[in-house]
Amino acid sequence: MPRVVVDVVPKPEILDPQGQAIVRALSRQGVRGVRDVRQGKHFELDVDDDVDAETLHRIAGELLANPVIEDWTVRQL
Amino acid sequence: MSAPRIGVITFPGTLDDVDAARAVRHAGAEPVALWHAEDDLRGVDAVVVPGGFSYGDYLRAGAIAARQPVLRAVIEAARRGTPVLGICNGFQILCEAGLLPGALVRNAGSRFVCRDQRLRVESGATAWTSRYPPGTEIVVPLKSMEGRFVADAPTLTALESEGRVVVRYLGASPNGAINDIAGIASADGRVLGMMPHPEPAIDPLTGPSADGLEVFRSAVDAVARAVTVTTAGPRRGSADVG
Repeated sequence: MPRVVVDVVPKPEILDPQGQAIVRALSRQGVRGVRDVRQGKHFELDVDDDVDAETLHRIAGELLANPVIEDWTVRQL
Repeated sequence: MSAPRIGVITFPGTLDDVDAARAVRHAGAEPVALWHAEDDLRGVDAVVVPGGFSYGDYLRAGAIAARQPVLRAVIEAARRGTPVLGICNGFQILCEAGLLPGALVRNAGSRFVCRDQRLRVESGATAWTSRYPPGTEIVVPLKSMEGRFVADAPTLTALESEGRVVVRYLGASPNGAINDIAGIASADGRVLGMMPHPEPAIDPLTGPSADGLEVFRSAVDAVARAVTVTTAGPRRGSADVG
């Protein structure tokens, strides 16, 4: 059974306060050189062989991501 | 004419359905409980999608609720002009369902905001705000984590130029919402989504004001007008508010 990975991140123009909090936490820990963090979501789907790419992109674009605020990628492992 | 019947939807994790039903009753309408798993709106004249944390805010706030059977029925009803109000999580659900444009994302300050919020009602040209003279200032509770309204530039321009920004935050921004937008309406003015809560603010004894009651009274008026129009026969466009 194929495993499909969908990664979802906030669009570049959308402020990501969670990512910013992580940047500040890293700085407080003394980690240097991390300028930006974007926090997203990672989905792993086990799908039947006959689920085609078009269906997978529809799943990603209509449910897993909100196209108003998020970008996504679909890849098969 | 008998009292209008206004549906109040309950999802797993909804918190404010009881307050919403109480506000409906105070406004002179009959609240009708609607259940998330049913696609039957029981013939109601208007629908309230109340606040809370439907489905634990899993995936995104409102994302799962927007895809439940009852929302399919709400979308169909909205297409026929049935007044629909989404409050807080209900607003998030209506955006996720595509009934309203834009999205609600995490507050700019990364904190849950819970306060009595000053607002300006910018437009009375909706089924839910007709009783407010435009420019009316009100105070009602705001309690949300994902309250920051965002939309792309063309959407924002359309909302502003068409007078569909219905409620705006006054004073320091509570959440970083673009243009201080607290609530927006559909193009026909029948669907309203707002982050602040009118339903606990219907009686000074139990809320910060009674400023929210006119939201529900406006809907009662809108339903009465629609019934009058139907009885009088089809008069093109006359059922539209604004």
